[in-house]
Amino acid sequence: MQAVITVVGTDKVGILAKISGICAEEGVNVEEVTQSILRGTFAMIMMVNIENAKSDFKTLTQRLQQGGEELGIDVHVTRQEIFDAMHRI
Amino acid sequence: MINTNDIIETIGMINDENLDVRTVTMGISLLDCADPDPKRACEKIYEKIVTRAKYLVPVCESITAEYSIPIVNKRISVTPISMLLASSPGANPVEYAKTLDRAAKAVGVNFVGGFSALVHKGFAAGDARLIEAIPQALAETDFVCSSVNIGSTKSGINMDAVAMMGPVIRKAAERTKDNNCIGAAKLVVFCNAPEDNPFMAGAFHGVGEPDCAINVGVSGPGAVRSALQKHAKGLDLAGVAETVKKTAFKITRMGQMVGELAGKALGVPFGIVDLSLAPTPAVGDSVAAVLEEMGLESVGGYGTTAALALLNDAVKKGGVMASGLVGGLSGAFIPVSEDAGMIAAAEKGILTLEKLEAMTAVCSVGLDMIVVPGDTPADVLSAMIADEAAIGMVNSKTTAVRVIPAIGKKVGEQLNFGGLLGYGPVMPVNTASPAAFIARGGRIPAPLQALKN
Repeated sequence: MQAVITVVGTDKVGILAKISGICAEEGVNVEEVTQSILRGTFAMIMMVNIENAKSDFKTLTQRLQQGGEELGIDVHVTRQEIFDAMHRI
Repeated sequence: MINTNDIIETIGMINDENLDVRTVTMGISLLDCADPDPKRACEKIYEKIVTRAKYLVPVCESITAEYSIPIVNKRISVTPISMLLASSPGANPVEYAKTLDRAAKAVGVNFVGGFSALVHKGFAAGDARLIEAIPQALAETDFVCSSVNIGSTKSGINMDAVAMMGPVIRKAAERTKDNNCIGAAKLVVFCNAPEDNPFMAGAFHGVGEPDCAINVGVSGPGAVRSALQKHAKGLDLAGVAETVKKTAFKITRMGQMVGELAGKALGVPFGIVDLSLAPTPAVGDSVAAVLEEMGLESVGGYGTTAALALLNDAVKKGGVMASGLVGGLSGAFIPVSEDAGMIAAAEKGILTLEKLEAMTAVCSVGLDMIVVPGDTPADVLSAMIADEAAIGMVNSKTTAVRVIPAIGKKVGEQLNFGGLLGYGPVMPVNTASPAAFIARGGRIPAPLQALKN
């Protein structure tokens, strides 16, 4: 089961480490990462596989969002199908 | 690999542009709950609703959590209750409404629709009793919505029913005058009512429907407006239509996915997606704002009907490609009190009832959530219904009237319903008397458009 983690906020040291650290602890495999800085705003998109995640989706989301709050950044976790549905025919 | 821009666009549409699924509505047939003993009938109704809809709210909440898609309302529509009253001549219809209300509260939904009667050609057993009971039923329940279908392209307009509905609307408002006349806001009078409409107050589960089905109503005026702002600068109107179509496609795909997921999780067939742009009072989530983005100074001015026709058509063209099963009302909604742009235009006097009537000829539904003076005569309300029904009948489309007489209030004052129902200024009404016309009763015959075979 694929999910997409999006991270948006002010760039600072340790964002990738923090989010991927939580993923590792939760048994979530990071398959792809894209990141960019647009006018000072940091944006990162991670494609992850949550098939072997230790927690359920809700707990995983809460942990990642909590990690984001500690760094003052917004974190969203969404299953991939929504993007396929909206953008592919 | 998914395109990064697509991901950011979707997240932005949901977070910043109020994109949501407006409602997941479970349609439940109550035909097997009819019983000559009203107490037994109510027990069966309650049992069936709470059994069928037990997991509706939790399933919707888990879809929201996993897919980041807000599902604003979870609702239930049921078989028109007048059909159940038919087999129980001594029953008090209000008890059926209270049963629906209890069941809605037990499963945690926002509304239950179906305290309804279909009388477009005449009254069957149970119909007149239900209609007479509407004001009391709406005053004594919280979540029950009511609708009456008084006309259709195939059968013409039942003017006896039209004459009944003006006074019923007034009574519904009078009985709830201490609560912003909310009773009238939960009552819709239809022509060509669809049987799979997921939106309130007009949702009911038609007799041609399966035992249970999931219908989804999408939203998204904010997303459409934002797309026009970003991508349609300098384009001609064909370009505007194309931009709306693309956005409507994406919005509808989201609705389709939610419907399929909910249906599967609940073990219920997925019925339809209703391709409607439903506004909310939130700033920016406005159909009026979409029309103004096309280049109008204010909704209500000349050009409004044309812009709305373009919008309504483009939403359908984009949406129909995105969903395998389309139904319900499917079009842009123009409920005045639920749309910040409409409210502003009505307060300025730019948006009038006459213009709204013209707009209903080219979009979904009709005169919706309009607050009228408290002293508006019942026969004027009936005549307003007749005019709307005529537009629907001749144009083979759904039209409806949901007006709220603001008891004790005049033009310049307002009613505030709160939440998604918003607030509305009292709008002036032309009160030249139609009394003798309405008093004639009978039927307006079906138009030539009905003879398609």
